[in-house]
Amino acid sequence: MSTDQYEELYEDYILPHFEDPYHKEEIECASCQHSERNPLCGDTVTLQLIIGKDDIIEKAFFSGNGCAISQAGASILCEEIEGKTVTELEKFSAEEMLELLKVPLTATRQRCGLLGFKVLKTMLYSRDGERIEEESTPSP
Amino acid sequence: MSTQTETTTIPSEIEQLRKDFPALHQTHPNGKPVVYLDSGASAQKPQCVIDTVSECYSDYYANAYRGVYYFGARIDEGIERSRELVRELINARSTSEVIFTSGTTMSINMVARGLGEGFFTKDDEIILNVLEHHANIVPWQMIARQTGAKIKYLPLTEDGRLDLDELPELLTEKTKLLSVTGMSNVLGSIPNLEQIISACHQNGTLVLVDGAQLVPHASVDVQTLDIDFLTFSGHKLYGPSGVGVLYGKETLLDKMEPMLGGGHMIDQVFQDKSTWAELPAKFEAGTLPIAPIIGLGKAIEYVRKIGFEAIETYEHNLLKYAHDQLQKIPGLTILGPGTEHKGAIASFTIDNLHPHDIADWLDRSGVAVRAGHHCTMPLHDHLGIHASTRASFAFYNNFSDIDALCEGLKYTLEKHRLL
Repeated sequence: MSTDQYEELYEDYILPHFEDPYHKEEIECASCQHSERNPLCGDTVTLQLIIGKDDIIEKAFFSGNGCAISQAGASILCEEIEGKTVTELEKFSAEEMLELLKVPLTATRQRCGLLGFKVLKTMLYSRDGERIEEESTPSP
Repeated sequence: MSTQTETTTIPSEIEQLRKDFPALHQTHPNGKPVVYLDSGASAQKPQCVIDTVSECYSDYYANAYRGVYYFGARIDEGIERSRELVRELINARSTSEVIFTSGTTMSINMVARGLGEGFFTKDDEIILNVLEHHANIVPWQMIARQTGAKIKYLPLTEDGRLDLDELPELLTEKTKLLSVTGMSNVLGSIPNLEQIISACHQNGTLVLVDGAQLVPHASVDVQTLDIDFLTFSGHKLYGPSGVGVLYGKETLLDKMEPMLGGGHMIDQVFQDKSTWAELPAKFEAGTLPIAPIIGLGKAIEYVRKIGFEAIETYEHNLLKYAHDQLQKIPGLTILGPGTEHKGAIASFTIDNLHPHDIADWLDRSGVAVRAGHHCTMPLHDHLGIHASTRASFAFYNNFSDIDALCEGLKYTLEKHRLL
């Protein structure tokens, strides 16, 4: 990608998501939530999901602090995952997330771009864990 | 020591010196010339160091202290020559006090664990401060946890220097050791080591100086300063990565236990016990980083030829220029003290711009800086920030490099609609 193409994408796509993010707010009624911190720079992302019938993500919200890439990444992620099912998200890969960001990232900056994605994956994983625990615990 | 001639040699011959460093003449994939302002993380290498390492592998490589044949003898000579060059560099009394390690981190861990339980007991105190790199905090936390010793922190002044007025109050009969940086890797602050060491020694407290940042920029004399332990890395001193130094007073090293057991560090090994070799071998278990040690010797020769007096004068002028120019950037705050109290490092924040975004866009301008917490999370917590951007300089940087940094910052601000 040429410098001009990169700059154009950054200005037209990344910066708007950073400056005017999608669903950057904290909600009270999340079905599940999780936070992560990038140990390299202290950037944080908290993701909150409202999961409805048939395990469909009805709403996705995020909050956090950090660089344009990490925060725009979380905004793009929230926009992308609404309407998808938990099963679909379990198959959602890091490569797909990086494609959604459109701008090419070096290995270090991929950690920024994938911070929200990592939060989502950890949350789904621990949610599965809780669910398995609930199912295996005999009801009183 | 440097002569007056050498002092005036840099900057007029800076362009000549720059030719010695091939990496400074590379081009970024986007076509921009590379401007390297991350020497605080790791310095570039002069061609003579690269050649020395390469020749070691191509002309006479063998393991150290094991071969009775020609190659082995040359390797041993090379290592001992480097040890003597390190001794001269820091003015140690004897080469027995110069231990080769893998780097500063290893050196500090070796002291913490080597003193260990025989030295620290419950409620003993270790004094640190928040300027320290994680490598000079975590090993002490580990030994404190193991022995029940307590860690106390010497406070900072408003402008990010050690508040030495508070030191007498902090030193008690339980204070066994104070570990301090010779130069902060973020703020550049240079503590008054003379005052610290004198106060500590009057109290019977040992002092370790983490020289990772200081040793590449200034002459450090362990005897004049009466330093108990000095640690530094080869790769920040224009030498290869993988080699570092632990200097310790012989009387102290004699009392310390080796952290690693293995080949070369023993006198005799029986089925049920072993005895340790003499210094410095006692602390050099296993195969040493052979070629890096020999390369470090060459780097020391190279730097001493330029002279630390000349380096200090030139780098200080570079730093003053950097401060002047950076302060013109809208929203930019330089962290730490004024140039009179610091070495050649300028860390900063810019309003509404994240350090990772700054470093990323500076890279697009060909300028290499570091962004993050620079392994100093307690310092960043103290400053109330998550991260910062750091430009660190060496004698091979010129004034145009600083202009490129400032141009890159303006470009970054423009691209984030902040200018």
